[in-house]
Amino acid sequence: MISTDELELLLTDLLDWYGYDFSHYSRASLTRRVDRLWNLGKFPSFAELRYQIRSDANYAERFIEGITVNVTEMFRDPSFYLALRNEVLPTLTAKPFIRIWHAGCSTGEEVYSMAILLHETGLLHKSLLYATDLNPEVLDRARRGIFSMTPLRQYAESYRLAGGTRDFSDYYTAHYGYAKFSDDFAEKMIFSTHNLVSDSSFNEFDLILCRNVLIYFDKLLQEHVLTLFDRSMGPLGYLALGSKETLKFSSLQPRYKQLNSEKIWRKIG
Amino acid sequence: MAQDWLTRPHPVVVIGGSSGSIEVLLKLLPGLRSPLRSALIIVVHRRNTADSTLSELLALRTCIPLKEVDEKEPVEAGVIYLAPADYHLLIETDFTFSLDDSEKINYTRPAIDVTFESAAGIYGSWLTGLLLSGANADGANGLLAIRQAGGRALVQKPETALVDFMPQQAIQQQAFDQLVDIDAMIAYINGL
Ligand SMILES: C[S@@+](CC[C@H](N)C(=O)[O-])C[C@H]1O[C@@H](n2cnc3c(N)ncnc32)[C@H](O)[C@@H]1O
Repeated sequence: MISTDELELLLTDLLDWYGYDFSHYSRASLTRRVDRLWNLGKFPSFAELRYQIRSDANYAERFIEGITVNVTEMFRDPSFYLALRNEVLPTLTAKPFIRIWHAGCSTGEEVYSMAILLHETGLLHKSLLYATDLNPEVLDRARRGIFSMTPLRQYAESYRLAGGTRDFSDYYTAHYGYAKFSDDFAEKMIFSTHNLVSDSSFNEFDLILCRNVLIYFDKLLQEHVLTLFDRSMGPLGYLALGSKETLKFSSLQPRYKQLNSEKIWRKIG
Repeated sequence: MAQDWLTRPHPVVVIGGSSGSIEVLLKLLPGLRSPLRSALIIVVHRRNTADSTLSELLALRTCIPLKEVDEKEPVEAGVIYLAPADYHLLIETDFTFSLDDSEKINYTRPAIDVTFESAAGIYGSWLTGLLLSGANADGANGLLAIRQAGGRALVQKPETALVDFMPQQAIQQQAFDQLVDIDAMIAYINGL
């Protein structure tokens, strides 16, 4: 297991050599991720792991991709998507154009779920979904819109719980254990790398989703990122967080109003 | 002052369980004396719905404050914490909770092993792990980590467990200091 001092050394290396700043990430989670990569790479000692990262840029890239958590699913927390469908999207119908930002979109399941909601509420044609992540590898996969068939039965059930009434399987074609989602969805998506630690605001949005990303950040970085979202938020825009994340205790709170029980806030001031 | 109170060491008990463990908790909680001098952390396998019914059910059985963990929340003596559904529960060196939605371990999230191992690294000999009834192999490795870090490992007596697979796994791996029934669990926690 990596010691706390060794972990700090690694984080310094990643910043100095590759420009990635993980210094404000949760150490408990990072420790588990690094231990996992250490085991996978079968490094006999910390020195060897460190040397590999410093000397092999390809390995370093994979290492950086591996220390963040990329787990995701479609229609995760169905009641959240139900609230988007019934309470958020109807307030956007009058807009000529709808801009949505998925920050930390991972392999894209969240973005495709949103596209399905937009399609079913008749808003997709005038929407644009900006999907960003730190990790270029997950973005490549997201761009292709191809997902494993294995969890699809569960996604179909979540879709139904999220208010979906159509036949979920109409949205994709199955190929050798993979599901390819319709290109009509991908056409409305723009995928790009964006680091929430170091990159700045790039547009103004009606809805920003950043789910299950802030749990990995310390309070300082959380505040930094929330401020970035605030600056990227159009008037009366919405901010959606993961089921265990909150705006409470942040400087945004007084100017945002939470929707009922879901982790969705609307900018009111 | 608050800082002083937070950093003062206090015992921590992490309780892990799967099927058949809620029944144990419902009997154990009413026996605990208030105020609790330790922090109690409960990690049970459950369906991945974010509903709050389990914490409500458990809170009814005790007058000790019981709550589902919020991320970044400090671990305090006198409180019973419940791991939220669908996240692994970790502990930071500054004695706060972290949530992590990485891959399932032992087919489950939260996984008992994850919290046991994380807490072992933070609390060392201040930590007790208690493994209850269950049909999964989760928890045994975590108990080993707790013992290695100088903490104590308690396992529910298999003959008192609704499903004894989980306690048996721990016993097979020699991952325990003591086998306990519910009365012994209550006496142990009240004695901390
Ligand atoms: C657990 S996934 C969440 C995916 C999806 N939003 C969901 O809730 O299912 C977290 C994602 O955040 C990304 N991430 C972590 N740090 C980041 C940063 N500094 N900037 C942008 N993305 C980041 C990771 O690469 C990962 O894909």
